[in-house]
Amino acid sequence: MTITRLTRGFGAALGLAAVLASAPMQAQTLRFGLAEDPDVLDPTLARTFVGRIVFAALCDKLFDIDEKLAIVPQLAQSYAWSPDGKALTIKVRPGVTFHDGEKLDAAAVKFNIERHKTMAGSNRRGELALVTGVDVVDPMTARLNLSAPFSPLLAQLADRAGMMVSPKAAQAAGDKFGANPVCSGPFKFVERVAQDKIVLERYPGYWNKSQIFLEKVIYLPIVDATVRLANLKSGQLDFIERMAPSDVAALKTDSRFKISKITEIGYQGITMNVGKSELAKTNPIGRDPRVREAFELALDRDGIVQVVMEGEATVGNQWVAPDNPYYAKNVPIPKRDVARAKALLAEAGVPNPTVTLMTPTTSDAQKIAQVVQAMVKDAGFDVKIQSTEFATSLDLADKGQYEAYVLAWSGRADPDGNVYSFDACKQPLNYAGYCKQEIDDLLNKSRTAGDLAERKKAYDQIAAVVLKDRPIVYLFHRHWLWAYTAKLSGLRTIPDGLVRVQGLKFN
Amino acid sequence: MSSFLTRRLATIVPTLLFVTMLIFGLQQLLPGDPAVVLAGEDRDPNVVAYLQQKLHLDQPLPIRYLYWLGGVLRGDLGESLRMQKPVTALIAEKLPVTLELAAIAIVIALVIGIPAGIVSAIAKGTAWDYAANAVALWGLSTPNFWLGIMMILLFSVSLGWLPASGYVSPFEDWRGNLAAMIMPAFVLGNAIAAVLMRHTRSAMLQVLSSDYVRTARAKGLDERVVVLKHALRNAMTPIITLGALELGTLLSGAVLTEQVFTIPGFGKLIVDAVFNRDYAVVQGVVLFTATAYIALNLLADIAYFLVNPRLRG
Repeated sequence: MTITRLTRGFGAALGLAAVLASAPMQAQTLRFGLAEDPDVLDPTLARTFVGRIVFAALCDKLFDIDEKLAIVPQLAQSYAWSPDGKALTIKVRPGVTFHDGEKLDAAAVKFNIERHKTMAGSNRRGELALVTGVDVVDPMTARLNLSAPFSPLLAQLADRAGMMVSPKAAQAAGDKFGANPVCSGPFKFVERVAQDKIVLERYPGYWNKSQIFLEKVIYLPIVDATVRLANLKSGQLDFIERMAPSDVAALKTDSRFKISKITEIGYQGITMNVGKSELAKTNPIGRDPRVREAFELALDRDGIVQVVMEGEATVGNQWVAPDNPYYAKNVPIPKRDVARAKALLAEAGVPNPTVTLMTPTTSDAQKIAQVVQAMVKDAGFDVKIQSTEFATSLDLADKGQYEAYVLAWSGRADPDGNVYSFDACKQPLNYAGYCKQEIDDLLNKSRTAGDLAERKKAYDQIAAVVLKDRPIVYLFHRHWLWAYTAKLSGLRTIPDGLVRVQGLKFN
Repeated sequence: MSSFLTRRLATIVPTLLFVTMLIFGLQQLLPGDPAVVLAGEDRDPNVVAYLQQKLHLDQPLPIRYLYWLGGVLRGDLGESLRMQKPVTALIAEKLPVTLELAAIAIVIALVIGIPAGIVSAIAKGTAWDYAANAVALWGLSTPNFWLGIMMILLFSVSLGWLPASGYVSPFEDWRGNLAAMIMPAFVLGNAIAAVLMRHTRSAMLQVLSSDYVRTARAKGLDERVVVLKHALRNAMTPIITLGALELGTLLSGAVLTEQVFTIPGFGKLIVDAVFNRDYAVVQGVVLFTATAYIALNLLADIAYFLVNPRLRG
């Protein structure tokens, strides 16, 4: 009796689950699965990569980058550099309004640049360090004055430093602006539930509204890649970013979904402690460039990409990918040469050096460490993997308490953002402790040089030295992997990994 | 009564003070400068310095503790630097979610565990008993996160019955809420159901072999009445205590389950805060939980006092 009742009860429970089937999808609402929960949505204070994905729909910038990494005007209509390179005059696009109806003009540009420069805790201050002030030339023309020529400025203005927020709303909200951001992008802020969702809806007054087909965008942070994909497959999400490379093959055969990819502007690499602390002098890999060369020669980058990323990455040996205009062709990717590596180690007098490789606990980093460990063993290296939680690893790297460190960089559109802070003396991201006056001079030259050919020459010279000193051994550039419902069209693949909502529509 | 209460309350103050020291002190053992972590990928030295000042990290430990304690006494648990929201607001936002999850999980555990325990006790030695035991063993030994992923793959990806993750407020859409909660609650309740089943079974076996049950049967009572009315009632006492104890398991289990199902509850709040070194959130949440435990303990003591005349002396 009791048993039959139990069976009936169980059947009823299953029935209930079936009744609770998912709600039908709303038309033209894009549900977007993020790999992390963004930080504060204030362009001045924002610090994370994932936050920039949301900003792509929320806040327009003075400039943007395109598929080829070229800088194109967005809220700027046109721009001109002064002959000495110390002033950038920007014509503001007419007819642009913020989500509160306020107009974008030169005074608003001045307000925003000054806010970036002066607000307590601003993360943009360093990016705009050389900007000394902004003049309002006429109501729709602003001039940024610089203390020295600075070529990467346009690229900075194509990121958060170029995002314009409503001065009225920003003044009213103070440092709480991020709780209810008011920008001039295609979508306006509706609500945010921390760790759950960010809801945006179409802004009817958008200056480029003919390109906007979606009504709503909902960003949902789902950390686990498997769960993110499951949500896409079950129809709870329309789009996911950073899908796991191991899921690509299976999803490719499913006609309900599409996959797009592009090589990132960042990189995966191994940072070597060459001068951050005393430890650099006491271990062979920090002390002797020959040992680092042997380490690199023992690596088979194609093999690493196949095993770690299932082929979903582009091999590389520099801070930019080989197809980047700033890639230094004078330093090609070295082929694996174990015999030469062994010879170098013998020459250095350490045929079997021990290296402790600090590795964050993410699965990609762990896999890289294991594959590298196996590869360099052939040359005689004894690599000990030290798995360390990310925040702790940063702390140890900052104090120079490591020998080698698996570390990734999300990348910036201008090569300066990928190399200056890492290789110039005493810069905040220079965990290697690398410092050479000639490199500092060349890096500064690359910043002041006006045209591409001149800058490229400087980078070629930098590459020739730095890639021989190997403060960082660059391994590969991941592919940004996006998966989405086949009903969605109009996706542009831009190497910064941010999804532009302009042009996206459901068919 | 009043002297008992005064004594009991008096011990709470030092206990809580000790708890605040413990929370604060342990937190400091986490390696890594929170300002460096919060400064994001660029780690601009100006930003790091600003955050250190804002978090009072440039002050000695005891001063920092007093800053925090002063805030706590004023009911201000600080602000999450990552989310720019007061910790009290975050707790108020997340707590109902986890409580709902825990409540549904307990209901599921009771609905599965107790009938299964009864069945395996009355049908001892039969196939039903072995099946129930096998299921219980499976429930006990299955890791939460694995079961969660498997259920997502089955019910969301293959069958498409339930959403794979996320949360909908019951006031917005109760069906959506239940659909989103049922899998994580089952995962969470599953292990507890197994514990309850094992305990119900042994308690029932003990009671069923006692004299008064034999007497009841001898009176010619219906077996149903014997089992459900006479035996179960007595067997339930230890099970209720156990259920209350399992509430603690629920809260810690919620940490993993909420991660897998991306439910924005207490567990996810604290895990994310630890990894982001959002100290104010970690301290606030742990303090809140500890205080809740102490308060529940006090209530239990008072209830005990009221029930047990010997304590009143």
